[in-house]
This record gives sequence, C-alpha cells and structure tokens, in this order.
Amino acid sequence: MMDSILLNIENVSKSFDRNKVLKNISVNVYKGENLVIFGRSGTGKSVLLKLIVKLLEPDSGNIFYRNKNLNSLSAKEIIQIRKHIGFLFQSGALYDSMSVRENLAFPLKKIFNLSEKEIIEKINKTLELVGLVSAIDKMPAELSGGMRKRIALARTIITEPELILYDEPTTGLDPITSKEISELILSLQHQLKMTSVVVTHDLICAEIIADRVIFLKDGEIYKEGLFDEIKQSNDLFIRNFFSAKILKDVGVSDV
Amino acid sequence: MNLPKIKHSMNLSLTEKLLNFFLLLSGLAIFTIHFFKEMLVPPYEIEETKKQMYDFGLKSLPIVGTMGIIIGFVLALQSYFILEPFGATDFIPASVGISILREFAPILTALLFAGRVSSGIGAEIGSMKVTEQIDAMEVSGTNPFKFLVVTRVIATTFILPLLTIYVIFISLLGSFLALLIEEQMNLIYFFNSVTSFLDLGDISAGLIKTFFFGFIVGIVGAFQGYTTEGGTVGVGRSTTTSVVISSLLILLVDMILVKISMIL
Ligand SMILES: Nc1ncnc2c1ncn2[C@@H]1O[C@H](COP(=O)(O)OP(=O)(O)OP(=O)(O)O)[C@@H](O)[C@H]1O
Ligand SMILES: [Mg+2]
Repeated sequence: MMDSILLNIENVSKSFDRNKVLKNISVNVYKGENLVIFGRSGTGKSVLLKLIVKLLEPDSGNIFYRNKNLNSLSAKEIIQIRKHIGFLFQSGALYDSMSVRENLAFPLKKIFNLSEKEIIEKINKTLELVGLVSAIDKMPAELSGGMRKRIALARTIITEPELILYDEPTTGLDPITSKEISELILSLQHQLKMTSVVVTHDLICAEIIADRVIFLKDGEIYKEGLFDEIKQSNDLFIRNFFSAKILKDVGVSDV
Repeated sequence: MNLPKIKHSMNLSLTEKLLNFFLLLSGLAIFTIHFFKEMLVPPYEIEETKKQMYDFGLKSLPIVGTMGIIIGFVLALQSYFILEPFGATDFIPASVGISILREFAPILTALLFAGRVSSGIGAEIGSMKVTEQIDAMEVSGTNPFKFLVVTRVIATTFILPLLTIYVIFISLLGSFLALLIEEQMNLIYFFNSVTSFLDLGDISAGLIKTFFFGFIVGIVGAFQGYTTEGGTVGVGRSTTTSVVISSLLILLVDMILVKISMIL
C-alpha cells in the first residue's frame, strides 16, 4: 500500500496571527482516488489545498509529494512538482487581461515545448470537454459566473496533471451543469488516471465523485471514511451538515 | 523575500504613520534588491517586456505630447516678455532649449508618466493579487515576479527616456511656435540657435536621470501592486500610493542628481 501513496500530509498545523486554522492534520492521498473534503465555511479547506502546492507554508509538520518533502525542496524543484499538480481556485482566478485562448495557452507554454499547432489543438479539445468552444475569443469579463468556472476548470486540466486540487468546482453552478462538471471530474479520473482532492459543499457532486471523504471541523479531522459510510453516520454534526444541505438545495434555509 | 507588514487603519497616530512610511521604504528597498536578483537569472520574458513597453509608450504619448507643446510654448512666451524690453530675444531659443532639455522635459514627463503608468501597474498587479491570479501563475510553473514585475520595471526604465526625447522635440516645437507668432522667427535660425548653445553635457544630464525616473515608476507601482492586501479597497490604496510615492521619489532623486552633477 505504501508505494501507492501520492501525497502524504503529516501533522500539519497552520495559523494566521492568533487564528489557529489547521491543527495537526494528517491525510494520505492514494494514487487514482478521488478524495472529497467537507467542512463548514472557514474551517481551512482552501488553506489545506494551498499548503499542498506550497502557496502557503505550514507552521509545523511535513507534506510529502511522491515521498519528497516539500519543506526541503528548492524553488526549482517545487516548480517541477507543480507541473504535475493542477489547482482549480475557488474564485477561478482567470487572467483578466488575457482572452480565454490565452488563459488556456498560458500553462501549456510555460510547461511544455509544444508547437503553436499542438497548443491550438489542445485548447480546442479541452474547451470541447467543458462544452465552451464558442467562448475561445472572449475575455473573462464577458463570461457568466458558471462559464468562468468551466474555463477555469479547462485551464486546470489542460496540462493533464496527475493530481488535481479542486476548490469548490461546482459552487454557484446550476444543478445540471454542476452534475455535468462532477461527471467530467469522474471521467478524467478514469480516462487519464488522475488523482483528485475535491473541496466541496455540494452533496450531489460529492456523491458522484467521492471515493473517500474527510470531514474537517474546527481545524481538525472530525471524521474520515467512504462516502456511503459517512452518509449513513448517526453523528449529529454530520447529520446536520447533510440535512442542512438538503434544505438549502430546495431553498428552505441558508447555511 | 520577506517584506515588513504594514498595518492599515483609519485612525493611526502620527508616530504610527511615520513608522509605516519607513516600513514602506524598507520594503521597497528589499523589493528592489529582489528585483535585481530575479532580473539576472533566466528565463527572460522578452515577449511580455516588449508588449508592456509598447503599451506604456503608446498610452502615454498623447498626454506627454500635449504637456510638451504647452510647456514649450509658455516657456518661450514668458522669456519673450522678460527679454524683449532688453532687446535680448535672440537668446530665447538657447535658454529655453537648455531649460527644456535639462529639467522641464525629464521631470514633467516623469511625473505624468508616474500618474499614468505607476498607478496602472499598481492597480493591475494589485487586482491580480487579490483575485488569486498571481497564485494561479505561481502554481502553473511560472515565476510571477519575473513575468509581472521584472518585465514591467524594465519596460518603464527604457520607455521613459524615449518618451522624454519625444517631449523634448515637441516642446521645442511649442517654443518655436510661440516665437513664430511673436517675432516671426524662422525655423533655421531657431534650430541653429538652440543647437549652438547646447553641448553633450546638457543632453546627457537630462536623459541619464530619466532612466532612474522610469525605474522608480515601475518598481514603485509593482511593489505597491505586489503587496496589495484587503480586496478592492486595498487595490484602490495601492493605486494612489503608487502615484504619491513614485512622484515624491522622482523629485527627491532629481534633486540629488542635480546636486551630484554640479559637483562633478
Ligand atoms: N492569507 C490569509 N491570511 C490570513 N488569514 C487567512 C488567509 N487565508 C485564510 N485565512 C483564514 O483562515 C481561515 C480558513 O480559511 P479558508 O479559506 O481555508 O476557509 P474555507 O474552509 O476554504 O472556507 P470556504 O468554504 O468559505 O471557502 C479563515 O478564518 C480565514 O480568515
Ligand atoms: Mg475555501
């Protein structure tokens, strides 16, 4: 089992000033799995994802990617590792000054030695995957929220990374698109043997893609297990999380 | 690169404000050292640098051109009213030429350039910072400091001298127009009179400092943008601070350089 661990997070803590966000978190991510991270707003899910690509550094603890400790790697080696990891930002983070085409070309140009023609082919293929070929010459400001999300997704998967970190890939999308995106993530895992870590509040999305689920609460791992186990759990906090979500989905309450 | 943290708040005491100012300057110094380190190591983002140069130059042409023609015109006109009673109008082209070349064109172009471009860089990089676009560049294997900061600072450093040369010509044209109207001066006389009094020292004294001014505009804007925090409010703050700090530094450096050139 040991050699199929892709990512190994060991006793990681992170605070901002006096705000202790993550407390001694340990998580393993196995090759080829889809791990879903649940948790209420502000529990440090985005912070956890950023630690994995070293956008933030832990106060203590270690993160190993393919058994290499991120803490002890040089800036160059970190860039090498980042080439294998895709990151979908919660906000999309599309480059405002670039068209959709340039946004998608950006990571390709920086990482691979592709010809102009190969780049165009890859861009078209990826836009087809997310169903937005027609947006190729638009600027990000001209896109709707859901379109931005899908373009951001396209930009993340275009380099075919082996690990993708999704920060709320379906938030703000209508249920149908949201289901399509979830299915897309699942099919990427099957087709390209990608590994995914998905932060989400969306139970439909989680149900479609999750192999395993981790529940974060107050900066600690509250519960960990297979999706179905967690869903059947009698734990009050988890039951509340699930039922609040269901109410929210039909527009009864706002959590 | 570890930059000092600056606390922003509505009601700071005077000492806190002073402290902030020194923190800002020390941050700027650290940022500048980091710039030279990053600038020297490949890869070089040549395409992006060219694009920015073109953009900054083109964006500034109308405003600095308008300023140039007016300044030249007014300077010549004023000299005319002062010198005319003494019958010394022959000296106007030379004296106006020297003022424009040594001081007016470099400093005024730089100040307008700071207003136009330093703020633009601060706003652009600042909004990229708060919307995670810089993080996105970083995770896609690009060095955002090289791609955003180094390119823009190099662009401002080399485009401002060119703009200044353009302004020199335009303001001389403005002066000529004023003298043409007042005295029916002919162009050949004007041209000879300007060039016979100028030496290489005047030209280099005026132009060398514009490289410094251009550098200031780029580095201050980029520094403000790169250290933006606090959402759109922060972006607004970076934009205005860029203009204020770069204008102040331009004036300060001008004073120092003039002093140095007098000693030499
Ligand atoms: N760069 C930062 N500087 C200071 N505090 C931060 C920073 N990033 C995150 N935090 C704090 O860390 C905590 C966790 O933030 P995080 O963005 O990880 O939450 P989250 O679990 O992703 O929430 P959401 O579901 O709303 O996205 C918050 O209290 C936030 O204020
Ligand atoms: Mg988040």
